[in-house]
Amino acid sequence: MTTPLSLPVESHAAASSRNACKLCTPLGACFVFRGVEGAVPLLHGSQGCSTYIRRYMISHFREPVDIASSNFAEASAIFGGQQNLRAGLLNVIRQYAPRLVGIATTCLAETIGDDVRSYLRDFRRDFPDAPPVVHVATPSYSGTHVCGFHEAVRGIVDQLAPAADTPGAPHDAVNLLPGMVSPADLRYLKEIFADFRLPLILLPDYSDTLDGQTWTEYHRIPDGGTPVADVTRMAGSRATIQFHSVRAEPATAGRLLQDRHAVPCHTLGLPIGIRQTDAFFKILESLTGRPTPPPHAAERGRLIDAYVDAHKHLLGLKAVVYGEADLVVGLASFLAEVGVVPILCATGEKTSHLARQIAAVAPQRPAEARVVEGVDFLDIETHARALKPDLIIGASKGYALARKLDIPLLRVGFPVHDRIGGARILHMGYRGAQQLFDSLVNEILEKKQQESPVGYTYL
Amino acid sequence: MISLLDQRKPQVHVTGAQPFAMACDKQSLAGSVSQRACVFCGSRVVLYPIVDAVHLVHGPIGCAAYTWDIRGALSSGPQLHRLSFSTDLQEKDVIYGGEKKLYQALVELIDEYQPKAAFVYSTCIVGLIGDDVQAICKRVAAEKNIPVLPVHSEGFKGTKKDGYRAACEAMFTLVGTADTLGIPRTSINILGDFNLAGETWILRRYYQEMGVDVVATITGDARIDDIRRAHGASLNVVQCSGSMTSLAQMMKEKYGIPFLKVSYFGLEDTAKALYDVAEYFPENPAILTRARTLVAREIAAALPALRHYRQALAGKRAALYTGGAFKAFSLVRALRTLGMTTVMAGSQTGNAQDYDHLRQICDDGTVLVDDTNPLELAKFIQEKQVDLFIGGVKERPIAFKLGVAFCDHNHERKIPLAGFEGMVHFAREVHDSVMSPVWQFTRRPAETIQPPALPGGTGIAALATEARP
Repeated sequence: MTTPLSLPVESHAAASSRNACKLCTPLGACFVFRGVEGAVPLLHGSQGCSTYIRRYMISHFREPVDIASSNFAEASAIFGGQQNLRAGLLNVIRQYAPRLVGIATTCLAETIGDDVRSYLRDFRRDFPDAPPVVHVATPSYSGTHVCGFHEAVRGIVDQLAPAADTPGAPHDAVNLLPGMVSPADLRYLKEIFADFRLPLILLPDYSDTLDGQTWTEYHRIPDGGTPVADVTRMAGSRATIQFHSVRAEPATAGRLLQDRHAVPCHTLGLPIGIRQTDAFFKILESLTGRPTPPPHAAERGRLIDAYVDAHKHLLGLKAVVYGEADLVVGLASFLAEVGVVPILCATGEKTSHLARQIAAVAPQRPAEARVVEGVDFLDIETHARALKPDLIIGASKGYALARKLDIPLLRVGFPVHDRIGGARILHMGYRGAQQLFDSLVNEILEKKQQESPVGYTYL
Repeated sequence: MISLLDQRKPQVHVTGAQPFAMACDKQSLAGSVSQRACVFCGSRVVLYPIVDAVHLVHGPIGCAAYTWDIRGALSSGPQLHRLSFSTDLQEKDVIYGGEKKLYQALVELIDEYQPKAAFVYSTCIVGLIGDDVQAICKRVAAEKNIPVLPVHSEGFKGTKKDGYRAACEAMFTLVGTADTLGIPRTSINILGDFNLAGETWILRRYYQEMGVDVVATITGDARIDDIRRAHGASLNVVQCSGSMTSLAQMMKEKYGIPFLKVSYFGLEDTAKALYDVAEYFPENPAILTRARTLVAREIAAALPALRHYRQALAGKRAALYTGGAFKAFSLVRALRTLGMTTVMAGSQTGNAQDYDHLRQICDDGTVLVDDTNPLELAKFIQEKQVDLFIGGVKERPIAFKLGVAFCDHNHERKIPLAGFEGMVHFAREVHDSVMSPVWQFTRRPAETIQPPALPGGTGIAALATEARP
């Protein structure tokens, strides 16, 4: 095995996108707003943006996802959307009694140059008692849903935390900015912090709002989410931990809290697999001065035991990994540590950091291994056909490819539209690695068993 | 307690209350969380099932990404409609214009896929950045020698209905561009069936058995070449009237082809559709005879299963929310066939005439809603003690959260619900949700729900008598 020296960073040559491997920017912002307690997202633009994003998220989470729209008409595109935004805000407040309204702009509002900031100043002047309103600019012609997600996290912190140079009242909690992970991941992260007896401010927290229970009475806004009061306290936290591998640092919320309020920021990749999780637990140990709590140490031990039990099934297998760049890095790290070659790492994002990050977590790859950015699913298919992978790991939009190549698809991330339980897929930490590992091995065993002329019942 | 926004009140009516007045056909109220989408959605949803065309969405990525392979519209041949193409406009395109990118994308896609035509959907920002989509389409059409059709579907320029119209206008430019030689007098076009789970094929089979030729299916399993000669048919048979009446109207005006509005949901409506078509060809009475044989046979085949389901379902209360109102009419009747009462009904795009008709076929006390939203739906599901909700994916979690059964009757479904066999599937779908044991665990106290009296009305008589206790 050799380390590839030069990697193509971007390999999308077609003028059009054909089966996109990304979603639009406002979707990411809606994710985040659904994770703030009592918040309602409002998209400033056409009605369709809200409805499409709702449908897309509902199909994954199988939960109500109410997203309001300021519902532009032709006149709003000509004269500006102030009246619509105002009416939209008032109706959202009347209907939902929210504790926060999260406004994300669409490409339409951005293209006509709507000055949402000034609209909101006017709105606050006229309705001083209205709940707080946060606004993020998320034109879909710039970046992807992942950018929208991080922009919204940063926007919430920026607009709700105290102004610059105001030191927050210090307290013991640690901020955790996990990125776009599953509700199951969020619940597990909370459990880890609780077991470390480390107070936590988790932003966003859609663990309940997007994976909730049934109701006797309809809830206008699902229970759960990061309390607005907690967000305002983030400036006084002991530290921030944020998970990402490829974001431009100055644009992150963790960096903002460090620069503005001197909250030390620890940035690390998504803790997927043992090595990345060890790095995360190490930070928790140093912040608390406590060793990893025994149940988690035991989970780590069982995970290693499972790696040992099944390692022979995996060595040298080749996997295609696609999705959000941060997730791809985490998965590549996990795969590399169990002997699977991430032969193709692909994302629809354009970060220009992916190749470097993959090289760092999975240095031992054959020369033909590829890392590609800014690609669509037809690009991924072209690469995959050349690389002859054994399996595919990613969201369910890769199913068509898996079917064509007749290899297993291990479903992770978002969206999972063709299975139940997308919200409950666990990716992170020792426990997440255990689930990924068992599913991975079992996909391989199932394929072997099905293709065997003997059909052993004992493997 | 959920209360209605004042501005929404005129779009809600309880049947029996006087006078009947229902506002509709309006732009959605900002901030109301309408279940509607946009103009683009209307166009995309209508043209989507045309299987041998390239569908290129001109705009930023979202509009194409959210409509990739989402409909259950099947093809008997090409699968081109299941790919998602977008010009994926970037910031620099917004500043300098997207025409070059559009041209290049079209040329590449046409070279690669050799489609019979290409549709170019304009999204919100296309007009704002000044792209002359029409000119690019014209140029590529001339160079590649296939129709390249601009669809004026900027999201904010109206409602979903305007998107239907834009789609019909695009298709209308195709009609009349091919030879009609060999099309017999006893011929129709099927409009407004989208071949979800193969429904168009069911209808084709019925018409074939009756001896009626189907020229074009618009747009279920549609082929561009068939649409081009659709003007050779004697009659347009329009199902989804909200989306397709404008095409039928244009064809009537230009080619003198009359149209019939029909529905293929439920036994009664399907039978009526086939009889209406048969009666349009009085010079060939054998068609009506064959239709009668077909209807009798199919209903006889469906009844045992329907009786079985009706026994379990009789007396249950249903709410429904559809895209167009015409489907709602059929569903009210189909539910009645199963012994169920409709206690709430609404649509995204119904007009005044539609709601008046809906009022007439529903029992007094039924809540009618136009362009409703999640909170209103939740309110009426609770107040009307609903056992079953019929709608689309966006309505599903509202029902499920409240422990209410759900049947997907929207365009994502994978089970054919049209025709006589479709009615059996529908009954099974409803039954399998309503009768599931899982509801025992949802906390909505089932014992407080009073079963209403069995409905009278227009159910298939034999069935109704059979299942009445």
